[in-house]
Amino acid sequence: MQRLTLFIPFAIFVLLGFFLWRGLYLDPKDIPSALVDKNFPNFELPALANGEIKTVNDLKGTVQLVNVWGTWCISCKVEHPFLVELAEQGVSIVGINYKDDNDAALKWLKDLGNPYIFTVDDEEGTLSMDLGVTGAPETFIVDANGVVRHKHQGVITKANWGPLAAIRDNLILESSRP
Amino acid sequence: MIKLCSIFLFLFSLNAFAIVGGHEYQFNSDDPALNESRALLFSELAKELRCPKCQNQNLSDSNAMIAADLRRELYSQVKEGKTEQQIIDFMVDRYGEFVLYRPALNSRTAVLWYGPVVILALALFILAMVIINRRSKQAPKSSFSQNSDVMLDSDFSNYKVTEKEQDRIDELLNSSPDVDNKDGK
Repeated sequence: MQRLTLFIPFAIFVLLGFFLWRGLYLDPKDIPSALVDKNFPNFELPALANGEIKTVNDLKGTVQLVNVWGTWCISCKVEHPFLVELAEQGVSIVGINYKDDNDAALKWLKDLGNPYIFTVDDEEGTLSMDLGVTGAPETFIVDANGVVRHKHQGVITKANWGPLAAIRDNLILESSRP
Repeated sequence: MIKLCSIFLFLFSLNAFAIVGGHEYQFNSDDPALNESRALLFSELAKELRCPKCQNQNLSDSNAMIAADLRRELYSQVKEGKTEQQIIDFMVDRYGEFVLYRPALNSRTAVLWYGPVVILALALFILAMVIINRRSKQAPKSSFSQNSDVMLDSDFSNYKVTEKEQDRIDELLNSSPDVDNKDGK
């Protein structure tokens, strides 16, 4: 018994080592979204293209990617070509133009291609705040009933699209069931 | 001059302000006491809510765009007269419990809240055990050393000497000191 107590410091060391080792592989920026499995927040915002008012009902019906972007966001420029590619493959993407200048945003879509079925103009950042957006780009996967099912922070690339595509495919399957 | 001063005093007694992140935030409703409490609530929440983008800064310290937006939102909500709990709920609904520097007590955060207390209790318990252990070991030793200059460990007091050992002891005790010295030198 006396002998065993000698191993307490070693046990503490192993425990501490385990937590520190785990900590090496945790991404502190990977904050779980508070919105997953909740309804997409209500909004009434003008479409970027023609000022037509869009609401949350315009999202419902199909599985959507909702992509938050801005022309001030450098990573969005990196992401954009891949979004265009996805749109060409038939992925339905809705854009939220986050705290941006309208003319710059329209020029961006004209020059770089427009992957979005529509983009809402969130100039004040109100919708983005309701979505818990902390920066751009951020992408939400929203199911056909308008429920947020997944949140992706940062750029979507060919490399990380795989798991996202799987989530989307599952949701499409789910919505096609009666 | 006195008139000017009194105007200033009047103004300051009516309007309260909080200085957060180098900016002054005015609270100027009709009720001075309310202004005072709102200014306090605002500066407290700005310190206690964590900027969701920048990991280890609160809303008041951060320069991130999102922190500025949230400060503005916080300011307008406090001005509207929302309670502390309503504002915290608003933030948690959007950004998760991550934004709370003082997380709510629930099953997921219980370890966080009670862990240190448990570890402290455990440490005190171990300390107490060590002290008790040492005392019980020292007690017989000290009483013995009063009577004799031989140091005996407490374990030895219960030791039964075998016949063989007793013979060896007798042999050593009966042998003359000269013989002993011869070996030593």
